[in-house]
Amino acid sequence: MLFRLIFLLCLVALPVRAEEVVLGLSSDRVRITATFEGSDILVFGAVKREGPIPQDPLDVIVAISGPSQPLTVRRKERVLGIWVNTDAIEVDAAPSFYAVATTGPLDQVLSNVEDLRHKISIGRAIRSVGAPGSIADAQVFTDALIRIRENNDAYQMLEGQVALDEQTLFRTEIGLPANLTEGEYLTRIFLTRDGDVVSQFETVIDVRKVGLERWLYTLSRQQPLMYGLMSLAIAIAAGWGASAVFRMLRQGG
Amino acid sequence: MQIYLPIAEVSVNAFLLLGLGGIVGILSGMFGVGGGFLMTPLLFFIGIPPAVAVATEANQIVASSFSGVLAHLRRKTVDLRMGTVLLIGGLVGAGHGVILFNYLKSLGQVDLLVKLCYVAFLGVIGGMMFVESLRAIRQTRSGKKVPKRKKHNWVHGLPIKMRFRTSGLYISVIPPLLVGVLVGILAAIMGVGGGFIMVPAMIYLLGMPTKVVVGTSLFQIIFVTAFTTLLHATTNYTVDIALAVLLLVGGVIGAQIGTQIGTRMQAEQLRILLAIMVLAVCFKLALDLLLQPSELYSIGAVGGH
Repeated sequence: MLFRLIFLLCLVALPVRAEEVVLGLSSDRVRITATFEGSDILVFGAVKREGPIPQDPLDVIVAISGPSQPLTVRRKERVLGIWVNTDAIEVDAAPSFYAVATTGPLDQVLSNVEDLRHKISIGRAIRSVGAPGSIADAQVFTDALIRIRENNDAYQMLEGQVALDEQTLFRTEIGLPANLTEGEYLTRIFLTRDGDVVSQFETVIDVRKVGLERWLYTLSRQQPLMYGLMSLAIAIAAGWGASAVFRMLRQGG
Repeated sequence: MQIYLPIAEVSVNAFLLLGLGGIVGILSGMFGVGGGFLMTPLLFFIGIPPAVAVATEANQIVASSFSGVLAHLRRKTVDLRMGTVLLIGGLVGAGHGVILFNYLKSLGQVDLLVKLCYVAFLGVIGGMMFVESLRAIRQTRSGKKVPKRKKHNWVHGLPIKMRFRTSGLYISVIPPLLVGVLVGILAAIMGVGGGFIMVPAMIYLLGMPTKVVVGTSLFQIIFVTAFTTLLHATTNYTVDIALAVLLLVGGVIGAQIGTQIGTRMQAEQLRILLAIMVLAVCFKLALDLLLQPSELYSIGAVGGH
């Protein structure tokens, strides 16, 4: 499959840049079933080049980002002895999942200017247009958002986790947690030299609920009344059934 | 075995859910309470989003109360007339409760409201039950007769009287309506049936005979929580059927075991145990509000959707 992919990409690729990424994914589709426990995605590929290998060492950055949503980050303060949400800022877009894997420390493989341009580091991937005037320390809120999500494995900083052989073959494994939101997961690969991006490649991993999960979710959004009535009916039937079975067992035994 | 909940969008262990349902079921079978007031906070603790926990718990209560109501209807221990009056109040209360819930969710204060409600109600009810059962135990020990409750209080002076034959009462419809409204609001906000408020109110405030109290409250609870489930399902999309079914199966089995344990214990002992448990949950929730949380920041959706 990899060879076919390489062949196809060779046909499509235009020889504009000196170095190009040829990419493979262990799967370009993640199916969320009822027993979904998370999934490891293997991202691998090769660097195709026309000329000889340049002198500067090559670095690879792989970034996977889930669908972005606007969020509110709230802070608790003590009011009348109890802890209450007081200040809040709105984050315009924060990916539900974000993982960056690199061949080395991010600040060495990527310059600040390129990070600003391509929005690669976790802090840059979150878009926040500023807080209300009453809040002076807006940065603390975004830091808190990143901290909370990193603790849940929703944001992952995998420095040095990309293996690069002979400046040509690279591979990394990124673990998607079980609590995935469905949507298109944008996968970006950057090749850098001296902190500058020399080539980039994008593809999409499709994360979808399937089967029963898909059906229930769609029904709950599109026909909420039907879904509500069905939930009641199923719950009543299950409750009644379970107690009837138990009664029969006790009478039998 | 991990299971991915389609609406909550979290993956949890199926046996954990069955176990939780079972433990709460045992307690509810022992004490004859719905158990919603224990289950909802437990669901918060295992990481189910609060909005989903409240809505799903309402769905589960419908189911776990259903077989109970059937049993009471067969025994004719349901005051249908009183139940209907309580129900009208309950539906009004539930409607307003969901509106209040959604409004506070948009302000980011829904967790606080839910927890404050729990602390206040559990504290008051638990304290009252504890004192009452201590007194009852002391009186049975000293061999004194329990004084009979006053048959007439201020409730009997109110207008719009109605005859409730099954309960043997002729009282104003205003107090039961108000009790119904209060319970409806609680059902919508706290994800509880409200039996722990309604049962004492029916006995002490309305003066209903004890034998019809449980059946009548279950009758009201079933319709109010069904209504709440539909409201949450249509406005918030937060009812998770997979979660409800798992909790339910554990709960029904647990309840059967609990009933067996319950029949072997004395009523006063049971009541004091329940009071201690209610106070313990209250204490834990109060601590969460009073002590500095380890994470001061929280992430929520924009605009409460």
